Amino acid sequence: MSFLLLVYTIVGGFLLDVPKLFILNETIRNLYFHVCMWFGMMILFTVSFVYSIKYLMGFQYRYDIFANNFAAVGSLFGILGYLTGVIWVNVTWVTDQGQSLGSVLKEPKLIGAAIALLIYGAYFVLRGSFTDIDKRARISAVYNIFAFAMLFPSIWIIPRLVGSLHPGAPGSDSGNPALDKNDMDATMRMVFYPAVIGWTLLGVWIATLKIRVALLAEKNILENHKSA
Amino acid sequence: MNRQIIALLKKDFLLEFRQKHTLYGMLLYIAATIFVVYLSLPESPETNVWNSLFWTIQLFVCVNAVAKSFLQESRGRMLYFFSITSPIAFIISKLLFNMVLMMGMSCISLFLFYVFLGNPVVNASVFLGITLLGGAGISLVFTLMSAIAAKAQQNAALMAILGFPVIIPQLLLLIKLSKAAFGEVFRDGAVLQLSGITFLMDVFVVVMAVVLFPYLWKD
Repeated sequence: MSFLLLVYTIVGGFLLDVPKLFILNETIRNLYFHVCMWFGMMILFTVSFVYSIKYLMGFQYRYDIFANNFAAVGSLFGILGYLTGVIWVNVTWVTDQGQSLGSVLKEPKLIGAAIALLIYGAYFVLRGSFTDIDKRARISAVYNIFAFAMLFPSIWIIPRLVGSLHPGAPGSDSGNPALDKNDMDATMRMVFYPAVIGWTLLGVWIATLKIRVALLAEKNILENHKSA
Repeated sequence: MNRQIIALLKKDFLLEFRQKHTLYGMLLYIAATIFVVYLSLPESPETNVWNSLFWTIQLFVCVNAVAKSFLQESRGRMLYFFSITSPIAFIISKLLFNMVLMMGMSCISLFLFYVFLGNPVVNASVFLGITLLGGAGISLVFTLMSAIAAKAQQNAALMAILGFPVIIPQLLLLIKLSKAAFGEVFRDGAVLQLSGITFLMDVFVVVMAVVLFPYLWKD
């Protein structure tokens, strides 16, 4: 499923007609990759957040494995989203005004993205610093919930309050980048929505593979848990 | 419940006054940091530089002031608290104590900034209010972070790693907000809106702390 959708995305993304906008030109095709990465990341982190809550409600070790692996794949998507964003920035924002990359990186949206990556970096460091698995699971779940709950409102709210070059800020026309009907024509939307679903499914698929490996590796502990 | 909170608060304040060296240590830390900044900068820095330096120093002061709140409690004492109070009373008393402590520290560093680095603030009372609000917000976040970090090994460094990304949005808000006190013109209601958001974030942090702390508590 995911594979088919992604093949469709890549073929459609590179070959179909796109509206030629000022400055953006052909780079609008990056939308199929860049925006989808962030969608995928948000969804994966949300899943990880939900599993952390579930862990704290029942203290079942498998939920901790779920939360951990979804966060890991989410971070991967975040890094890819950042990279595709940098490519996009290079052709749209940097060249025509002669700005350096450093000044562009101070954009509110980009700060939010960087913070998200830092938080999940910290999450993995925190996990690494425990030897006792129950304690590790419990405390990293607490941090995961707290960080997620602090971070995502601020990612969604703050960029909309202060001005930004990135779509979705006041001053640009659209409220939600890429979701507004003005942003895309019909052909693009036909590629975009399957692309979002495809990339997210790919992320979920990678995460479930990792989870299965982890569950097999920790089989002994899990069975002891059940019998205890 | 209220009685417990008051008793725990009283214990924290008493401890602070009995062990004066930690309090003086903190004061000296603030003074030394600001003095170093004063020496390394040219005469009275620009307002923006002043502002960002002020908040950065607040951040580091807070890490140092709040870090010990959980790290100083030994295992035995935690066990003792565990047997006599509820986790919610305990975390609320810690949050309140750190908030008061950090507000005091913020005022002192604000005063030292005036003395050493000049006074670019046009509207002093507004800036004082923002400083108190900001100090409270930062201390709340770091109280919870120190509770988490205290559970791990190598905790002091871990606290900075955990706390900084979480605090950045709030810090940016505060920096933007404090520009209001430098005489920068905002559109109507923007100042109120921004301080409202900061305040809501603080309330939110308290709620999260109360909900999540019981899970950190058991060992």
